[in-house]
Amino acid sequence: MQDLGIRVLFMGNNFARLLQGLWVAFRIALIAVAFSMILGIFLGILMTWKNPVARVLTRFYLEFIRIMPQLVLLFLVFFGLTKAFGINLSGETSAIIVFTFWGTAEMGDLVRGALISIPKHQYESGEALGLEKMQVYRYIIIPQTLRRLIPLAINLTTRMIKTTSLIVLIGVVEVLKTGQQIIEANRYTVPDSALWIYGTIFFLYFLVCWPISLLASRLEKKWKN
Amino acid sequence: MKKNIVRALTAALSLAAITAVGTPVHAEDAVYRTLDEIKESGKITIGVFSDKNPFGYVDENGDYQGYDVYFAERLAQDLGVEVEYVSTEPASRVEYLETGKVDIILANFTVTEERAEAVDFALPYMKVALGVVSPDDALITSPEELNGKTLIVAKGTTAETFFTENYPDVNLQKYDQYTEAYNALLDGRGDAFSTDNTEVLAWAIQNPGFTVGIESLGDLDTIAPAVTKGNETLLNWINDEIVALADEEFFHADYKETLEPVYGSEVDIDSLVVEGGVVEAAEDTAAETEAATEAVTE
Repeated sequence: MQDLGIRVLFMGNNFARLLQGLWVAFRIALIAVAFSMILGIFLGILMTWKNPVARVLTRFYLEFIRIMPQLVLLFLVFFGLTKAFGINLSGETSAIIVFTFWGTAEMGDLVRGALISIPKHQYESGEALGLEKMQVYRYIIIPQTLRRLIPLAINLTTRMIKTTSLIVLIGVVEVLKTGQQIIEANRYTVPDSALWIYGTIFFLYFLVCWPISLLASRLEKKWKN
Repeated sequence: MKKNIVRALTAALSLAAITAVGTPVHAEDAVYRTLDEIKESGKITIGVFSDKNPFGYVDENGDYQGYDVYFAERLAQDLGVEVEYVSTEPASRVEYLETGKVDIILANFTVTEERAEAVDFALPYMKVALGVVSPDDALITSPEELNGKTLIVAKGTTAETFFTENYPDVNLQKYDQYTEAYNALLDGRGDAFSTDNTEVLAWAIQNPGFTVGIESLGDLDTIAPAVTKGNETLLNWINDEIVALADEEFFHADYKETLEPVYGSEVDIDSLVVEGGVVEAAEDTAAETEAATEAVTE
């Protein structure tokens, strides 16, 4: 009876609940990505500085965030801040903070990589043409950096969207958790609903991430010239 | 000079992330909310499972349901407040109480000594022991019948330790996962399968031809509501409530409403449900049960 599992999707508000969960995940990822992109650019520029203090600090920040599993960071912000300082943040706010910290670190490293990948002669040629330092950045360095950055940043964005499945551990019910709730609620009546629900969730994630990829390849093409 | 700028920038970076998304709210001195504070606010937050049918789950309309939730609804009703459910995971239940992010945890929370050090348990409202399921044509009704026979267990469960220690003559066949273990039983690779009684009871209903011959065996674990350590006003109120609810056999009604559809009507309700917080001392587990009850009511 292959067609039995799918009826779970149409029971009550199940499908609307999945969409609601998707929106929760997407909203958190979107806000965090927006912050990460802006802060990451600053961090990336900071990381290219020759100043040893700047290097040590940014390096430490990057490695710390990279080594720490996001799950630990989520627990630290959600429960740890309350325990240590009495700061009581909601699950969603905690998630946005953690994802911003993480995204900023990753984005910073991407920006750093893109910046140093621009050969030195590009700067020098610009200056030889008589451009001001700001003009060199505005017309030569930044356009090239952005182009190199787009695929990487998109990759990071979709990764952040998918990692939102972790936030259920601090009580935020997003799409994957909603799916599990639906599967469990029908555990005895529709035991084969799991495949359908997970299939739908796969499709929903795809629906969100695909347009982002499309947008990226479009931008890439547009900026090629 | 430059160093200072760098420091300021880094500090600003981290601060910006925090302040930009939410203004921290300072909690009061105590982590938890007292009974009066909860009543005053008109709302109680209760941590429940959202994916553990039939104890705590969410139905197709998005409403919380289940044995734990049925009780939670009653608590809120008798307190005269609204209830807000928080979806918790097994691993974060203690943390939720320690940080006062919920007032009560009602999430199939088994009373253990380690947990009792971190949170305060109220009186139990349910108990779990081991159950043994076997085919109808060779039904096992006492653990002694298993001597010399093959018993299927899942690795790392209490069933494994219990039979190894108490019935060394039983041959154990061990599996990593529940599904494997159940398949082994269906295939007849073993004579019976043992794990938590709630689990085998539900499974036997789904699989005709198999019956739970032993419904309650081994160390009895109790399941109780928990509050933040030291929250006496709330703890005492819950305890009084549980004792008072025994008059109307509230948990029997709860069982009939939420668990019976899953476990069927042939199960002895008293092997699962606890009324008034009184766990009946049964067989050789009496001593341990008393100890557990004492720890609970301390």
